Order: sequence, then C-alpha cells, then structure tokens
Amino acid sequence: MATDTSAVAHANDAHSDESNWDGGTQPFKVSYGKLMMWYFLLSDAFTFAGFLIAYGAIRFSSPSWPVPDFVFRTAPFDNLGLGHETPLPLIFVTFMSFLLIISSVTMVRAVQEGHRENKNGVVFWMLLTVIGGAGFLGCQAWEWTNLIGAEHMTVTTNPFGTHVESGAYLAGDGHGINKGDTFEVGDSYLIHKGDDGYNQLPYMTTSGEEKQQAFGPKAFGALFFFITGFHGFHVFSGVAFLLIIMLNAASGLYVERKNGYEMVEKIGLYWHFVDLVWVFVFLVFYLL
Amino acid sequence: MATKSVLAPEDILIEELGYEDHFHEHHEDDKYRSNFFSTYIFSMDHKMIAKQFLVTGIFWAIIGAGMSIIFRLQLGFPEENMAWIKPLLGKWIVVNDAGIGSLAPEFYYALVTMHGTILVFFVLTAGLSGTFSNLLIPLQIGARDMASPMLNMMSYWFFFLAGLIMFLSLFLSTGPFSGGWTAYPPLSALPQASDGSAGGMTMWVVSLAFFVVSVLLGGINYITTVLNMRTKGMTMWRLPLTIWAFFVTAILGLLSFPVLLSGLLLTMCDRGLGTSFYLSEIFIGGQALDHVGGSPILYQHLFWFLGHPEVYIIILPAMGLVSEVMSVHARKPIFGYKAMVYSILAIGFLSFIVWAHHMFMSGVNPFISNFFVIFTLIIAVPSAVKVFNWITTLYGGNIRFTSAMLFSIGFVSMFISGGLTGIFLGNSAIDIQMHDTYFVVAHFHIVMGIAAFFGMFAGIYNWFPKMYGRFMNETLGKIHFWGTLIGSYAIFWPLHYLGMAGVPRRYYRFDSFDTFSHFATLNKFVTIAAIVVFALQILFVINFFYSIYKGKKMTTRNPWKANTLEWTTPIDTGHGNWPGKIPTVHRWAYDYGKDGKDFISQIKPLEEGEVEVH
Repeated sequence: MATDTSAVAHANDAHSDESNWDGGTQPFKVSYGKLMMWYFLLSDAFTFAGFLIAYGAIRFSSPSWPVPDFVFRTAPFDNLGLGHETPLPLIFVTFMSFLLIISSVTMVRAVQEGHRENKNGVVFWMLLTVIGGAGFLGCQAWEWTNLIGAEHMTVTTNPFGTHVESGAYLAGDGHGINKGDTFEVGDSYLIHKGDDGYNQLPYMTTSGEEKQQAFGPKAFGALFFFITGFHGFHVFSGVAFLLIIMLNAASGLYVERKNGYEMVEKIGLYWHFVDLVWVFVFLVFYLL
Repeated sequence: MATKSVLAPEDILIEELGYEDHFHEHHEDDKYRSNFFSTYIFSMDHKMIAKQFLVTGIFWAIIGAGMSIIFRLQLGFPEENMAWIKPLLGKWIVVNDAGIGSLAPEFYYALVTMHGTILVFFVLTAGLSGTFSNLLIPLQIGARDMASPMLNMMSYWFFFLAGLIMFLSLFLSTGPFSGGWTAYPPLSALPQASDGSAGGMTMWVVSLAFFVVSVLLGGINYITTVLNMRTKGMTMWRLPLTIWAFFVTAILGLLSFPVLLSGLLLTMCDRGLGTSFYLSEIFIGGQALDHVGGSPILYQHLFWFLGHPEVYIIILPAMGLVSEVMSVHARKPIFGYKAMVYSILAIGFLSFIVWAHHMFMSGVNPFISNFFVIFTLIIAVPSAVKVFNWITTLYGGNIRFTSAMLFSIGFVSMFISGGLTGIFLGNSAIDIQMHDTYFVVAHFHIVMGIAAFFGMFAGIYNWFPKMYGRFMNETLGKIHFWGTLIGSYAIFWPLHYLGMAGVPRRYYRFDSFDTFSHFATLNKFVTIAAIVVFALQILFVINFFYSIYKGKKMTTRNPWKANTLEWTTPIDTGHGNWPGKIPTVHRWAYDYGKDGKDFISQIKPLEEGEVEVH
C-alpha cells in the first residue's frame, strides 16, 4: 500500500512538473504587465459593447435610419476634377480606415523589431504608426467638421431624412433639388441650413397631400458623435502613449531592461484593440 | 531583517524549503516606508491599502447607516417633532409655526438614494472586497505584494476621490441625488426633473465614474496577482476559498462595471449635451420636451447588467471569508472544497444572464422574462450547494465560538433566510404582486446587506490580529453578534409582511393612506430595532478603534492555528511579507484534524507515506 501511494504521489509530481499552474510560474507565459493590459482591454471591450448595444437598441426602435451611402458621401478631395456635388459614398471613410489598419501593420513591425532588440527599427516603425494614427485623427477631424459645419448635423438635430412616401418637391434648395423633382419611398435627403435656419422643403405626395421634409431620427447624430468620439479619444490617447514610448525607446531606456521591448508590445496590444473596435464601429455606422 | 534572535519554527521551515527571490536585496523598503506619507498615506503596501479601504469603508458605513436611522425615524414616527436634528440637517428639517419640525420629503428621497449608493458601492464593494482582496491575496498566495503596487494605490485613491465627490454632494443647496440608487432616467437624465437631479446627480454620476475606475484598477490587479504571483506549489486547487472568491469577484467587476460606465457616460450626455439616449416623449409642467427617440429601458438594461453581478461582487467575498473562518474555527476541512469552487464559478457565470429579473415590471417581453426566470432560479442550485457544505463543515466539528465564527454561522442563517425569498421574487408572475414593495427591501437587505456585513465582520474579527497585531475584544464582539443577529431579524422579518400586504417602498409616509396606516405600530417596532442595531454597530466601531491601540497583544504568530500562509509571517509584517525567503506550498489549506494532527500548515511538506487529500 505504501508503495502504491508513493507511486501515486510520484505520478502527481511528474504530472505537475509539466503544468504551468503550479505556482511560481506565469501560467500563460506572459508577464503581469501584459496580462494586465489584456484584462484592461477586455473591460474596455465591454464598455464599447455597451455603447454598440445602445446603438442597436435605439436604431431598431426607430422607424427609419439614415442610409450610410448617402450620409457619408463627401470627401475633401471630391472636387478634384469630379465636381463638388459628385457623391463619393464611403470613399473617404475607406481611406481613413485604411490608414488605421496600415498603422496596425507598422505596429506589428515595431513589436517584431523590439523582439530583435533593434532600437532604430522600433523607433522607425513606431514613428510610422504614430503618423498613421495622427492621420486617422486628422481625417476624423475633417469628417466631423464637414458634418457639423457644412451639413449641420448636431447631437440634437439630424438633418438626414428618409422619404416614407413618394411625391414631388414644391420648391428647390439650391443644392441639387429643383422644384418639380420627384422622389420615391426610401430616398434620402439632407435638409440644408441657411441663414434663417433649416430649410425643410415642401413637397406633394402622390396622394395629393402637401407636406414638409421631416428631420431624421435624432439619435443618429448623438450616437455617431458619441461613439466615434469615444473611439477617437482612444486613438488620441494611443497616439500620445505611442509618442511617449517611442521617445523612451529612442532614449535607450528599454535597452537596459533586456525584455524585448515589452512596453512596445503592451502599447501594441492596445493599438490593435483600438483598430479592432474601429472595425465594429465602421460596420454599424458605415455599412449596416 | 535577520535581527530576530530566536527563529520561529515557521521561519526555520521557510528558510529550509522556501525559495530565494532576492527581494530584500533591492532595498525596496525605502520606497515603501521612507516617511510618513509613503507609509500611511500614499502607501503602495497592500496591507496598508487594505486598512485604508477598511477604515474608509467604516466611515461610509456610519454615514450610510446613520441616514437609514433618520429615514426610519420618519417612517416609524411620522408625527413626531424632528426639530432636534435641525442642527445636523439644517434646512432639510422644516419647522412649522407650532415649532414642530418634520423631514423635508425631497430630502427623504435623497437619504434613501444615498443610503443605497453608499452601502452598495462604497461599503460593501470597496470596503469589503477592497479590504480583504488587498489584505489576503498576496498573503495567502505567498506573494511579496500585488502585481502592480502602484495601480493598487491608485485604486484606493480613485475610490477616495469618488467618495469625496459624493460626500461634497451632500452639502449642495439642492441636496444630493434623490432619484433612487439605481439612478433611472428620466429623474437622473433631466437636471430639471427634481431638486436632487440638478447638481446632486452631476456629482453622483462623476463620483460613480471614478468609482468604476477604482474597481477596474483593483480588479485587474487582483486577477493578475492570483494568476501570476502564486508561490511555488500553490496550484489553483490549493488556493484557500477566500482567494477563489476574490478572484471570481474581480472577474465579475472587470466585466460588469465597464457596462455601467457606458450607461453613465450616456447619462452624462443626456444631462449635459441635450441628447436623447434615454428620453422620449416627456412632459414637464405640461410642456412637451424636445427629447424623442430614446429609451429609459435601455438604461435599465445597461445598469442591471452591472447591477446583478454587483450583488455577487458583494456576496462572494463574504462567502469566501466565511468558508475560511468556518473551517478554521470548526477545526475541520471545509466540506466539498471543489464543489465550493465550482459553485463560485457557476454563480459568477449565472450572475451575467439574470439581470432582467430586476425589470420584469418595466414592460420587457414576457417571453424574455421566462429566460431570466429560469436562470435566476438555477442560481439557487450552486447557492444551496454552498449552504449545504457550510452546514456539513460545522457538523461534527470541534467548534470554537469566537466572534468570527459566530458571525460566519450568522451569515449562513441570513443567507438562507434572504435566499429563500429570492426564489419568490425571481418568478415573474409572483413579482407582479411583490415588485417595489417592502418584500423586495426585506429580501435584498437580508441576503446581500446583512449577510455581506456578517461575512465582513467575520473577516474583521478573524484577521484583525494580522492587520494590527492585537485582538479585538471578544466580549464586546459577542454582544455585537447576538444583538445584531436578533436585531436584524427584528428589522427585516416584519418588512416581509408589509411587502406581502402590498406596502410600496420609497414612500415618505404611510399614516396618510387608509390601506397602510394600520401598520403604524409595526413600523415603530422596526424603527426601534434599527436604532438598537445601529447602536450595536457603534459599539463595534469603538471596539475596532480601541483594539487598534489597546487590544490584547498578539504573542504567537498563528493564534487561530490556521493553515494558510498569512499566519506564517512575523507578527509585525514588514513590506514583502516574509523577512527572508518566500515559503513554498505543499498541501491545500484545509488539513485540519488530518492523521490525528490538529492542523498542518500549507508550508509543511507531505510526510512519508502521507496521501494528499482532495
């Protein structure tokens, strides 16, 4: 019996030698700092999930919702030979998303150079990442400026409406709609704002009723500015941290640590997370 | 460090079998204890941070409970002259021409709201899991400190900041927030909705946002520490149940508090920017507001996605503390260790898919209610497993009726009483009658208020010697226990009957309703019981602070003869917890009465031919 039990004990020991969970080790083979970053990102994912669920709940209780192809059809370069009113649906946001995704690729390279303990490589690729992130923020700034300044969407007013019946306009707005133009159910429109407020065009429906363009669901503007703003704030913080860590790396601070530029890897995790969140934000606001 | 002339047996064993992590060669002590500020204020030592959480929690508990005494006076004695509290409450006591003072109704609501907010968040979340996670995680897993002492310190100071803001809101001319601790819109989302919805709510929401930051910083640290910093031999299956409970609690906090943050940020937008996330078709003074398209139910979903895991964030640490205290003082291994762990995990998982049982009457789809009813009732299973295991641990034990043990047993009593009424409330059909009545108030106060407090008291009485090197007074402790046990039932038992009769919660007075006025005597009785229980808690506070300075000194390092690692540290535990090497662990925490030995510390290796249990 005694031999039996010691054999069992021995078997247990042999088994436990292979386990990372026995204490005195790091079970996921990552340092506590990286583990903390993962858990922070997990909690942050839940914050974003809260917002996106709020978005879904409000959107699906609204009778209509602005069509992304119509709302996001402008770009700063749209008059380069195409004419200012030429719609470029989702072209600009594609460009800025591309910038952000590319900055993830450069981040991967920075982390890789960190593993190789190559200081100059780390700094170079982090610089490109910073440029990508800053470029994205610049694009977002332009997009917001255009929506607020030119198209007059605010957190309380949404001038992007959708026709719920077909008919014909009784007046023009000087922005491409002329008196007598007809429209169908589901067509989108933008209520332009002049010096004397929003110009809600009158129209006559096919059944002969006279009506006015109605504003779109209020929540669209609020949700758009809030969620893309919250994401933009993450990108902004990310760029700030990337800059600090890049300067630290350039100063040789991480050379002494000899841990494969772990700090770069940690900010890299954050950066990829911010990119991943953008994929979802992009999906719900620009594609669906 | 090696100034001790006589080495304790624990030290010899640790010297022999422990491992050298070169901790004391770094002179980190300088950073931690160089002056008054780094020792007591901006301390990064987990034991000091634990004490900070505890003392702050006690401060808030006195305020929160004091508030309940004031509104209980209103409910029990609505006709009495309250002018004598005017020096404390000022304009919130309205004195009429006859010199009779009465509590301003709007302040009654503020008191109820603040009582809930303070007790749930500041006392039973920060004061309970903040205190004991900090104190016990590094000590019981054999770590020098938390993974990140810096973030740990920041966790306390964000909590402090949150508390400061909430405290200042009590002194606003419009009063603190008064729309209920759940802060449902529209009362929370429209600054003009009521007095408390103005500045009071702004400070409430900012305070809570800082509180979320505190919980996340703490939680990330607790989880990482438990996973990465366990000493050699401390497998997950050798962790004391306290650690399992704190670990799962931290995970719940990590996943649920961010969603509250989402909800609060949207509330801030509705209040400050004029958005309509939670608002639609509202009339104030006959005027329709501009807000359309939002949904107050959305807020309720976001809130209760936190709110329900929150009650387990409160009760799980208490369960962990009770399991440990009970095993030690019954001198028996905890019954069904693995079942206890699986129950904690099951409760943790289920707590995320039951939140809408708080919303049965908000107009959620009855078919969706079915889903939530089923999972709510399933939580009774792991809960019952735990209760069974506690009782079985006691069975045949050589019980030491210390204050800590009494409170542990009291915890089980309270948990059963409060848990059973939960089964009624979890049924959406019965909830039609019961919702928003005193039945609900009685249920949650017993199961997560009193029970969690009992767990906390068990923990304080048991680990006080570890914290301060002295014992609390046992006689006062026993008076505290018996008075609180009987008094708590005296308060909350009658409330069930009020609730079954349909008496709604949150009303300012009942004597003006024919239907409810005959409960006046019962309400008086409850109020008197509440005052007695409150007085007993003051006795506890006196005992606590008196014992810090004058309590009986600890002479041996393991007074309870417990197996866990914290009792192998010196009485005056320095930074880094162990003066020399880090102990290694060779067995689980519950080898009591094994092979004829009273207890076998976790640092003792298995003997020749000894079989490891479980």
